[in-house]
Amino acid sequence: MKALQRKLLRDLLLSRGTGLAVIAVVACGLATFVGSTTAARALQRTQASWYAASRFPHAFARLRRAPDPVTMRLAALPGVAEVESRILAEALVELPGRLDPATALLGSAPPRGTPRLGELHVRRGRLLAPGRTGEVLVNEAFADANALRPGDPMAVLVNGRRLTLRVSGIVLSPEHVMALRPGAVVNDDRHYGILWTDRQSLAAAMDLTGAFNAVTLRLAPGAREARVLEEVDHVLAPYGGLGSYGREQQTSHRLVSDEITQMRAMAASLPPILLGVAAFLLSVVLSRMVTLQRPQIATLKALGYSDLAVGLHFGGFAVVLALAGAAVGVLGGWWMGAQLSDTYARYYRFPAMLYVLSPEPMVLATALALAAALLGAGGAVRRSVRLHPAEALQPAAPPDHRPTAVERLGLGRMLSPAGRMLMRDMGRRPWRTALSALGIAAAMATQMLGLASAGAARSLVQHQFERVAREDLDITFTQAVRDEAVRGLRALPGVLHAEPYRSVPVRLRAGHQSYLAGLVGLEPAGRLRRVVDERCRVVPIPERGLMLSRYLAERLRLTAGDRVLVEVLDGKRPVRELKVAATVDDLLGVQVVASRSAVDELLGESRLATGALLTAHPVQVGAIQARLLWAPRVAGVGLRQASRTAVVDMLEESLVWFTRVLTVLAAVMVVGVVYNAARLAMAERERELATLRVLGFTRREVWGVLAAEIATQLVLALGPAWLLGRAFIAIFAAVVASETLRLPQAVPAATLLDAALVASLAAAAVLLVAWRWLARLDLVSALKARE
Amino acid sequence: MPSPGRGLSAIASPPLDAAPAFEAIGVTRIYRMGEVDVPALRGVDLRIWDGELVVILGPSGSGKSTLLHILGGLDVPTAGAVRYRDHDLAGQDERRLTTYRREHVGFVFQFYNLVPSLTARENVALACEIASRPLSPEEALERVGLADHLDHFPSQLSGGEQQRVAIARAIAKRPDVLLCDEPTGALDAATGRIVLGVLDRVNRELGSTVLIITHNAAIGALGDRVVRIADGRVAGERRNPVRAAPAEVSW
Repeated sequence: MKALQRKLLRDLLLSRGTGLAVIAVVACGLATFVGSTTAARALQRTQASWYAASRFPHAFARLRRAPDPVTMRLAALPGVAEVESRILAEALVELPGRLDPATALLGSAPPRGTPRLGELHVRRGRLLAPGRTGEVLVNEAFADANALRPGDPMAVLVNGRRLTLRVSGIVLSPEHVMALRPGAVVNDDRHYGILWTDRQSLAAAMDLTGAFNAVTLRLAPGAREARVLEEVDHVLAPYGGLGSYGREQQTSHRLVSDEITQMRAMAASLPPILLGVAAFLLSVVLSRMVTLQRPQIATLKALGYSDLAVGLHFGGFAVVLALAGAAVGVLGGWWMGAQLSDTYARYYRFPAMLYVLSPEPMVLATALALAAALLGAGGAVRRSVRLHPAEALQPAAPPDHRPTAVERLGLGRMLSPAGRMLMRDMGRRPWRTALSALGIAAAMATQMLGLASAGAARSLVQHQFERVAREDLDITFTQAVRDEAVRGLRALPGVLHAEPYRSVPVRLRAGHQSYLAGLVGLEPAGRLRRVVDERCRVVPIPERGLMLSRYLAERLRLTAGDRVLVEVLDGKRPVRELKVAATVDDLLGVQVVASRSAVDELLGESRLATGALLTAHPVQVGAIQARLLWAPRVAGVGLRQASRTAVVDMLEESLVWFTRVLTVLAAVMVVGVVYNAARLAMAERERELATLRVLGFTRREVWGVLAAEIATQLVLALGPAWLLGRAFIAIFAAVVASETLRLPQAVPAATLLDAALVASLAAAAVLLVAWRWLARLDLVSALKARE
Repeated sequence: MPSPGRGLSAIASPPLDAAPAFEAIGVTRIYRMGEVDVPALRGVDLRIWDGELVVILGPSGSGKSTLLHILGGLDVPTAGAVRYRDHDLAGQDERRLTTYRREHVGFVFQFYNLVPSLTARENVALACEIASRPLSPEEALERVGLADHLDHFPSQLSGGEQQRVAIARAIAKRPDVLLCDEPTGALDAATGRIVLGVLDRVNRELGSTVLIITHNAAIGALGDRVVRIADGRVAGERRNPVRAAPAEVSW
């Protein structure tokens, strides 16, 4: 090994504390980058490969009823490559020995045993036997949650008819990577399943022999989706078309795609912050080193080492740390990616997660680390290159100190000499002081983001289930019923209160944008279902016009006061232009709400309900549900408690994990920055601190000077931390925002305090270590040292 | 103890008609300190021949270090001409000055300037690795009498030992010129004499031209010639008929 390399190695060993801090911060940044990138790639690859293998449809549509030959007309449409019709039905599932009822989406499978578009993947058992009836395929999540095996019996109730079936296979479907009940935001696999049985039996039960009520399509390459969807709607309208939609509005596809987007956003947002902090740490360490080693640099140059060789030597210091950080980070990233993929594998039902360690993220990560190293080291390296040997042999000129602004204001007298020393030092290097405070602020802000998302998750649940949806049971009917029927529900034992609502499928159109939604008509005076914005204010339902979730309004580029075209996809299918009366910052799902009278007017009907909200005596909720489920005209019964549990579970699993990662990252950053600041203050002040000691200051008093500097930086960091934290939270909320959920952006001041507390604890730990440095301070040699 | 080569010094002094190794004519160096110009050298004329040991004597602030830096290619004059053999040292670019230092010059500083994280051997190796026909680090250290301190770090060596490592590092390149800036400035007299003895031996045994800069007039006796610098100018010059042995010098 060359002597210069040996020097590099020893310099690295000598500054191992700060070196480790840099490595840790770089590693955290890159682990996040590699982990989220590989997870996103794994998810995307898995999705793409299964879509290709299973011939996942590009478009979907449901309708009331169309005779089979209509599929030919759809197939003949320009841009349509393939069409497959099917029958879909909401079904009640009876499992032996089960008291709490489950519901399912029951689909038809063609004689070959699996749909052609979106082929099923058999996990256990087999597909439906051609030509045989009485068999059923069950999605794996439902089978797992209910311990179903091939051969198990079950009964389903569709359209008031009971089918006795036997499980032939446990399958996966690309259409239901996650099985969500319509309108639900999270899966509840125990109570909601996806089933397939032979078309003949299902058609008979649904009175759809020779007809269908749903289609899937694959588009020809280059076809314009929006155009095709419009044509499909046109063909299906006379048959009660409920609107066609592309993959983007297909629930399962959207969930996975949202996750991919979020992972990519995470890869793009957190690592730069961490690498920025690492670059700052490196710049401080190296510039200190170059200052300290002035005579050595001069000697090297006097010996005949070129400027380039000297520059490379100091640059090498940064590069070695960056590469070490990259190595740890890449390994950590692999681990993190594998963990994430495992989580995905539990959540999303794919035949197999394709988690591949591809080289690109590793290469990119290493390049990022090197870029951060160069960014951080650039200034110091440039100084080492430019340092003129003759000049470097002179002792450095004493730094130019002058009274700070505070002192000029006459406040200096309030400070002790040590305090003034501190203030002038920080004032002399305002950039470094500012950057150091900014580093601590970035750490606190990251911590705030973690705390805020955990808090948001909790308040989201509270918000949704205590302010918005306050019913115990949500009953949906198979068809619209008169309000009197809802009133009849009040007579059931245990029911305390009942409110009807009207829901109808609509397509909203504004400009080129369109959206398929359920318009819900609510009683403005209703107590059970209210519209509440993210600040917990109840927004009154306007008598006329629509109220939209702001998320949806923005998607359709609408604001309050605009007009929107509403195409009703049911009954007489009226098409009207309505005013957007208000938009609301809500958190879960997307809503299109109007008063019941406005809906009545739109539909040209009076007081018809498609659902009812009930409150009931807690002990009787189960009994009421069981009784209603089997009642004629009841399509489904939702329990608030069950949905609440499911939402809490989902948030726990996803957000809590995220919060933990953020807490670790924040702690690493705080410790890194604070340790570095303390180490530096110690190194630069060694002489001053020794002088103070010689003058008769106690070790505690000298330690106080050091502690005061760190404390000052923490205090300086509070303002920027608050701003940065709010910005991080806003950015994160924007990234996470999806049709499923939005996080509240309001940031309680307590998050800043909590983050500051964590930072203070980290600082206190570092200062305890500093106490030991002071104990080792060699007064005589510190004073003799030549600077 | 008399030096073995003592009688040779008069013979070793160069014939006056030979071309000088160094030639400085009207060398001026002005530093700009904030808003004032501080002249360090005000027109120095100086010639030094190969193989000479020249002591440049002057009080602190006289400009002698600046002169040494210019002769060593660490600095360039504001005005005037400096030449080493066929190297023009005035107004050269940094790359060519680096080459000049690498190929011809060894430096010894008052504060040794050793790399504290490298051992004696490694500090010397630093120089060997960029020279074309260096001594081995062991041999260089042997010549300064430190053969048994090869693996000591600077912090484990006394001041005189550190200075001898610095000299070993300077001579390891077999430099044509050895430029020493107050080499004994930080040492006590006894240690200083040992260091001067090493420099004297380097001059005699390796034939390197040696320039010693000092404010210590007693050291002047050691050189073939003594050049006095004061206030940025050459204030006088004298040739010693006989070079004194380092052991005889006292202060």
